[in-house]
Amino acid sequence: MSVAAIQPTTAPAIGRAQPQVESFKYDNAIVRAFAIATVVWGVVGMSAGLLAAVQLFFPAANLNLQFITFGRIRPVHTNAVIFAFVGNGMFMGIYYSLQRLCKARMFSDFISWFHFWGWQAIIVSAAITLPLGFTTSKEYAELEWPIKIAIAIVWVAFTVNLIGTILKRRERHMYVAIWFYIATALTVAVLHVTNSMTMPAGWFKSYSMYAGVQDALVQWWYGHNAVAFFLTTPYLGMMYYFLPKAANRPVFSYRLSIIHFWALIFVYIWAGPHHLLYTALPDWAQSLGMVFSLMLIAPSWGGMLNGLLTLRGAWDKVRQDPMLKFMVVAITAYGMATLEGPTLAIKSVNSLSHYTDWTIAHVHTGALGWNGFLTFSVLYWIFPRLYNTKLWSTKLANYHFWIALLGMMFYVVPMYVAGVTEGLMWKQFTPDGFLQYPNFLEIVLQIVPMYRLRAIGGTLYIIGVWFMVYNLYRTCKSGQFVPETEAQAVPFRRQQPVTEHGPHWIHRWLEAKPLLFTTLSVVAILIGGLVEIIPMYVVKENVPTISSVKPYSPLEVMGRDIYIREGCVACHSQMVRPFRSETERYGEYSKAGEFVYDHPFLWGSKRIGPDLHRIGGKYPNAWHYNHLENPRSTSPGSIMPNYPWLLTQKLDVTSLPARIQALRRVGVPYPEGYENGPAQKDLQAQAQKVVADLKAGMVTAETNREIIAVIAYLQRLGTDIKAAPANSAGAPAASSTAMPNNVTRTAAK
Amino acid sequence: MNVILILIIVSLGIALFFLASFIWATRSGQFDDTCTPSMRVLTDDESAKTSISNSTKTTKPS
Repeated sequence: MSVAAIQPTTAPAIGRAQPQVESFKYDNAIVRAFAIATVVWGVVGMSAGLLAAVQLFFPAANLNLQFITFGRIRPVHTNAVIFAFVGNGMFMGIYYSLQRLCKARMFSDFISWFHFWGWQAIIVSAAITLPLGFTTSKEYAELEWPIKIAIAIVWVAFTVNLIGTILKRRERHMYVAIWFYIATALTVAVLHVTNSMTMPAGWFKSYSMYAGVQDALVQWWYGHNAVAFFLTTPYLGMMYYFLPKAANRPVFSYRLSIIHFWALIFVYIWAGPHHLLYTALPDWAQSLGMVFSLMLIAPSWGGMLNGLLTLRGAWDKVRQDPMLKFMVVAITAYGMATLEGPTLAIKSVNSLSHYTDWTIAHVHTGALGWNGFLTFSVLYWIFPRLYNTKLWSTKLANYHFWIALLGMMFYVVPMYVAGVTEGLMWKQFTPDGFLQYPNFLEIVLQIVPMYRLRAIGGTLYIIGVWFMVYNLYRTCKSGQFVPETEAQAVPFRRQQPVTEHGPHWIHRWLEAKPLLFTTLSVVAILIGGLVEIIPMYVVKENVPTISSVKPYSPLEVMGRDIYIREGCVACHSQMVRPFRSETERYGEYSKAGEFVYDHPFLWGSKRIGPDLHRIGGKYPNAWHYNHLENPRSTSPGSIMPNYPWLLTQKLDVTSLPARIQALRRVGVPYPEGYENGPAQKDLQAQAQKVVADLKAGMVTAETNREIIAVIAYLQRLGTDIKAAPANSAGAPAASSTAMPNNVTRTAAK
Repeated sequence: MNVILILIIVSLGIALFFLASFIWATRSGQFDDTCTPSMRVLTDDESAKTSISNSTKTTKPS
């Protein structure tokens, strides 16, 4: 490459009068704020994860507190590490690199700080509401509707700030990282709005607009793309900025990085259905998801190789610079996770891996390796620069690297072993054609040692983070914070009155009006949102219906909401897949038509305990009562937590009308006025039946306790299709007489 | 399963947005130069004091 060739595309400017050099300042204070938040929330989120991990072999680690029991602490962990740790890490990286790539200060200081404090407020409210049990139960979208709205507002503010900065940039070329940032901002907004369509039933309770299989499809379209556009694209942008900076050499192939971006963007969004293989989703959609997932290997590995090859001839630097060490492992983990992901998306592999700890291993390769290591790398790089000093201790950072790597290995290897073991044992038949391990608990007990090892791995990883906290603290102490960095650049617009490629007047007109442009984008997104809601009301559902499937009775609705509150779905799926090993173990495989009244769906994604879709009628009410009070009394060795508070807490029947009303609004056919009176009467009648049956099982209980509702719900699960059509087809849905049918039916068994 | 139509429309909308961005970016010459941008990134800290952006030092002799 000759010197003459290294000319910017704005070459025509040469020959004109001396270009106007503008002075401006990069905002470092906002970068520091996000960086500190990243570290703080990283420690919090990972510690929550460790607490959850310990409970899987030592259930009493919840200290008998409902607020920190596994089902509630798991969403705290996932939300904290994704949206607080990686979220703040992403904003830190974007706010630092975007200003420098655009040769411009952030669009608006006010929006920057609104974004920062808004995001922290959302995190704090999540940390309060999730332990209290306010959850939608949809994974990575658990937060209740007022917080969801706040997320949308803050995210739009971030997008405005991002686009505004890009529009006022002084550098004509948009470096590839910027493209990754744009994709993140716009796509996450659309995903969040689409998946957050809920009907409020009070301030902290809402029901998903979608039901059953539809809800599952929307959720995993969101869930998969959240991984793609929240955990991957912003971090790829950061990789393309910080890796060349740290290695002090340009990216291996800039052309390849551009191809990486565009290929990834066009393929990623279609891969979501691979989370629902062998479920009630139409076959063609499953195959589509699988094909696109496999195609993803190409751009992902292109990006990984591009990253690693950037270091060619610079591997000596990797030996010395802990920041590069972290980066190399991060990129390698990205490569491993993006090869493994498509592999898991192959139906035959998925039939073994789904619901097992293999998935947990997979996501933690990505989370601990890719997101964690890359965040650490960027933190080690940014802090010395913000404080105009050197990293306090390279040695300590190296210790952090090795202990984190060891921790990661201790995490993922046991999870792979556990995953394959579970998958194989669930499916194992004897030569005579019986399940080799008919008792689910027997398989769980095989896995428990792996859960212990995993907790050791997590502990090591967190110890490493504490090394980093101390190291960064000393680094800050040894330097002086630089709140603003002065910079100068020549704006490109004035040099270039007309583009060489014809009049892009629309673009230039929009560029001249950044606020108008961003407002238009927001309006477009909102219109998009409305377009999504309206068909939900207008278009008639065409999920195959089963006439004997009826809405839940009031008591069952209350029980289901407690099931959601306690996070039972974190460990128990409700989806029997069409394999003989599953129908033998659980019963009839699940059908799409059985879930038409499930707002939200509760199919789950992990079986730490057995599937519950056919649990109804399997055990007597008294068994459930004793089991929930102390699972080990009925199932010795069980790792399920005790739920003593369900026995003592009173059922909040005052919220029933709002719940019934909200459910009717999303399409559950409760008769008009049902909530004012008849519902309460039905609830009491069914509760009395459950209590009477409990008495027969030598258990004394009061009717107004939460456990009664939970038992009623569990006994209803999956029983509707067993009902003889003549038995229930004639009865009107939700009538006082039809509702408690299931309980009498199950009690009679 | 009508919700799948919504998802396809939304996904297509996103894809079309990026297709339009791609066409704009290509036609406006964003990708004409696939060499200098990767090098310019390395110097953005030094250029904080003495700008080389858009009027690169290397162009001055010519």
